[in-house]
Amino acid sequence: MHWINAVAIFIMIGSGWKIYNDDVIFGFLHFPDSIVIGKWAQHGLQWHFFGMWIFVLNGLAYLGYGIVSGRFRYKLFPIWPRDVFVTTADALRLHLRHDDLTHYNAVQKVLYLGIILVGLLIVISGLALWKPVQFSELAALFGSFQTIRLVHFLCMSAIVLFLIVHVALALLVPQSLLAMLTGGPLVDDKPPPPTAAASAANATG
Amino acid sequence: MSIRTRTQSAFRPRKSIDQSVLTQNRSLLADIDRRHVLRGALSLGALTLLTGCDVTEEEPVQKVLRTVSAWNDRVQATLFRSGHLAPTFSAAEVVKPPRFNAYYDIEDVKPVDGASWRLELAGRIADKRSWTAQQIYELPTQELIIRHVCVEGWDYIGQWSGPNLRGFLERVGADLTAKYVYFHCADDYTESIDMATALHPQSILATRYAGEIITDPFGYPLRLRTSTKLGYKNAKWVKAIEVTNDFTETFWSKQGFNWFAGI
Repeated sequence: MHWINAVAIFIMIGSGWKIYNDDVIFGFLHFPDSIVIGKWAQHGLQWHFFGMWIFVLNGLAYLGYGIVSGRFRYKLFPIWPRDVFVTTADALRLHLRHDDLTHYNAVQKVLYLGIILVGLLIVISGLALWKPVQFSELAALFGSFQTIRLVHFLCMSAIVLFLIVHVALALLVPQSLLAMLTGGPLVDDKPPPPTAAASAANATG
Repeated sequence: MSIRTRTQSAFRPRKSIDQSVLTQNRSLLADIDRRHVLRGALSLGALTLLTGCDVTEEEPVQKVLRTVSAWNDRVQATLFRSGHLAPTFSAAEVVKPPRFNAYYDIEDVKPVDGASWRLELAGRIADKRSWTAQQIYELPTQELIIRHVCVEGWDYIGQWSGPNLRGFLERVGADLTAKYVYFHCADDYTESIDMATALHPQSILATRYAGEIITDPFGYPLRLRTSTKLGYKNAKWVKAIEVTNDFTETFWSKQGFNWFAGI
């Protein structure tokens, strides 16, 4: 699901930039042709309305699975403000620890929960942009049509910022990448006590 | 801290795998940390360059994208609410003049001669007699103050008036069970809309903007204005209306833009 989502996000952002370029929101911001998807306007649109199905269907499957299996409740909650501060301070001093890959720290919890909410908002604002008349009740919640565009754009910006941090941190903690490719360590109800080798490795990591 | 018992993922085997592989590799991976970051950053950079060689226009890719676009046409037809009215606005919000857009610049607009202009009717229409501008002006009119949404992303509030399209189609005895209504334009532009949209209460054959006869750049003497479609579906300088069951690609759909283009 993660990698399908990665492909969908890549398509949506690249083609979204192409669509944005046709009528920029900010005069100073124009995405270079080399980083957008689609040569002409219609191609950006084609990709965007193709990618949306992957993003939404995969997202629904992910949300459905996360809620039904209890994964969200277990992985993302509870979030204690004190933990968030401590982990943020650790991260800023580049003390990143992933002793247990199956456990998210407080900052991860906040970011992952936040990005799920942004993902929901970008779909809702996208729906309102696509169908401001058929879903006029939804569009009305945002105010003007240009406000919907702005919300959609800001959600994209939040996702891009998240991606920069997300990818940078994943590269800094390479064992998490390994876990992502292999499916990750299995969690038993009772985790085995850490071995001496594991402790030593963690100390250097 | 103890780990709470929870439902095991359906996608994970029940039996635990040997974690020693991960443990052994940890020290190795930790060792190549920096190289990893560097390599990762490089491949990320390479990934963004990939879009430079664009595959979008390649035939197989276009086939997939256009198939999805056709699927989206069907989804949009299903989402279409025939009785649902688009929001309307006050006269104070109307932008004057309207915003120009066509497949060429405003200087290249070739004005239509209103005196010799005729609206021709074709296809599944009982009374195919052509109409003069004067005859059209004498029909009952309807006014719409609605939002124009362009596929490019801009929008403005416009005040359009003219005969209701459904009323006109009924008057000339059009087959209202046909699938499409085509608009052939003086500038060789073609557009078509589904019958459900043609019959929508906010679809009109506009002859006036903000109370005045529409000026040349905006479609004089007759244009389509419907509240439920993107700007490019609203054909300007209409010279013929055809009711048909046969689908043919239109000016923009030929080039890959979505045909239904509903909003």
